[in-house]
Amino acid sequence: MVFLGGQVLPGNVGRAILGPFADQRAVDALNHSLGVDRPLLTQYGSWIWNFVQGDMGTSYIFRSPVAPFVIDALGNSMKLAAVAFVLVVPIGIFGGVIAALNLNRPLDRIISLGGLSVTVLPEFVTGIILILIFGVWLRWLPISAAWPRDAGFFTQLYYLILPSLPLFLVLFGYIARMARSGMIEALDSDYTRTAVLKGLPWRTVIWRHVLRNALLPTITVIATQTGYLIGGLVVIETLFRYQGIGSLIFTAARGKDFPVLEAGILTIGIVYAVATLAADFLYSVLNPRIRLGTDQ
Amino acid sequence: MSATDSSATIPAPAPNDANRRGPLAEVFFSLLRSGTFLTGLAIVMFWVACALFGEHFAPYDPLADDIINALAPPSAEHWFGTDQIGRDVFSRVIVGSRDILTVAPLATLLATIAGTALGLFTGYFRGIVDDIISRILEAFMAIPVVIVALLAIVALGTSKTTVIVVIGLSFAPIIARTVRAAVLAERQLDYVAAAQLRHESALHTMFVEILPNVIPPILVETTVRLGYAIFAVATLSFMGFGIQPPSPDWGLSISSNYGMIGGGFWWTVLFDAIAIASLVIGVNLAADGVHGAFND
Repeated sequence: MVFLGGQVLPGNVGRAILGPFADQRAVDALNHSLGVDRPLLTQYGSWIWNFVQGDMGTSYIFRSPVAPFVIDALGNSMKLAAVAFVLVVPIGIFGGVIAALNLNRPLDRIISLGGLSVTVLPEFVTGIILILIFGVWLRWLPISAAWPRDAGFFTQLYYLILPSLPLFLVLFGYIARMARSGMIEALDSDYTRTAVLKGLPWRTVIWRHVLRNALLPTITVIATQTGYLIGGLVVIETLFRYQGIGSLIFTAARGKDFPVLEAGILTIGIVYAVATLAADFLYSVLNPRIRLGTDQ
Repeated sequence: MSATDSSATIPAPAPNDANRRGPLAEVFFSLLRSGTFLTGLAIVMFWVACALFGEHFAPYDPLADDIINALAPPSAEHWFGTDQIGRDVFSRVIVGSRDILTVAPLATLLATIAGTALGLFTGYFRGIVDDIISRILEAFMAIPVVIVALLAIVALGTSKTTVIVVIGLSFAPIIARTVRAAVLAERQLDYVAAAQLRHESALHTMFVEILPNVIPPILVETTVRLGYAIFAVATLSFMGFGIQPPSPDWGLSISSNYGMIGGGFWWTVLFDAIAIASLVIGVNLAADGVHGAFND
């Protein structure tokens, strides 16, 4: 589907690269050397076959193989996404749990409304405001994510804090809301009442009975946010001039560099599928009720 | 805005009219009592007023440049300062609400119409039609909107129409899913069987009998989607794939000015960011109010 979107719609590739004033013979020659004048099915077949073998084609613009670009960019994006996830998952769950335990008290209102407000804001808006506060006025954090060459782990981390914050804010609201509603439901359930009436300490009830049940839906939500996260990366990486998969796709889209665009999007699709699968797996590990092949 | 319009016109053709006016009036009055809804509505109305009449009370022409006074910080003369070619930021922020408030509601309208039709068809016919369409819609929902938009806009070129169509069609499956769920519940009811026994056509049953009864979830979903549409339009404009220069659109202004943020020219982006943030939060507050009014 990605291939069709990239190939059928844009019209003449050679024309797009050489511009409207190029000689028609030059355009034809370029089209032939890029192989885009072959029948579509032939192109599609060879594209899929090469992709599976790790050859993602040749960039129209850089005239060099696509694969190293995509792999580098994917690595960078994963670093950024990892920082955002490591921050947001515990803090988001904690926020939701605290909100549920203080249901309808001011603390709950602050967390719920605050979470809702930051979740609905576009990443570039929160990004700009955060850059202004931490990068321009306070000068605590660098405003670009491009760290110096040979930067160590902690330097890279330092450069990644600011870009990961907008992603953090958007995800925080979702995760906190899911954790909160899961908690409310679990706190309201019969097994919680039984545990309390059994005389178990409140702490034990929360840890052993409530949390285990409350956080299951949250895990699913975290996995479904991978798709969102990829969209968010495109914006954030552009804003912070970060060489990730998002900005790679963005640049390729602007420059009509279709091999890069297609390889990038297909890679994202694979990442998305793997993330969803991993979430299903994690869910079944954490929830003994749907573990397969037992007690049958 | 459109919420009151459609709820006033829809009940007319419904056969059980007398029973419906009561609850709808109740919803209307509970909306008027909802602080969340009124706050949101006030913010949105403020920006709608700016979009409609902004030119008349903006102190300067939002497009007029004045190179000598370029990048002037906020002062009595230019409340929000001037941008890199000396345009008055205050005037641009006021008039900048126009494009986003045209494109986003139109996209939402398209999504609602397409989504409602799809949801009615799949929910009413079920069976193989439902299976095929639902799988296709799920596949669409798995791809992030930004990526779909990027591909479509690269292929079709940038224009307001493209943005409306892309966002409208990306949101349609989400609305279709909500409508389908509501229709599945409705079609079990006796009035649908009665209509079928009267040999009413399938179209008549869907649009005249069932549709008026699934209006509440559609209205809620539409207001929520409007918030996301504004999010998406602003993001696409920021990426350079949406509204085009010289429009004073907020996302576009941020995108053309954020490069200088390191130089300390905060006023060129901050006010646009706040404008987007307030509009998005306003729409979401209103949506939250509508949701609450229908579910109490």
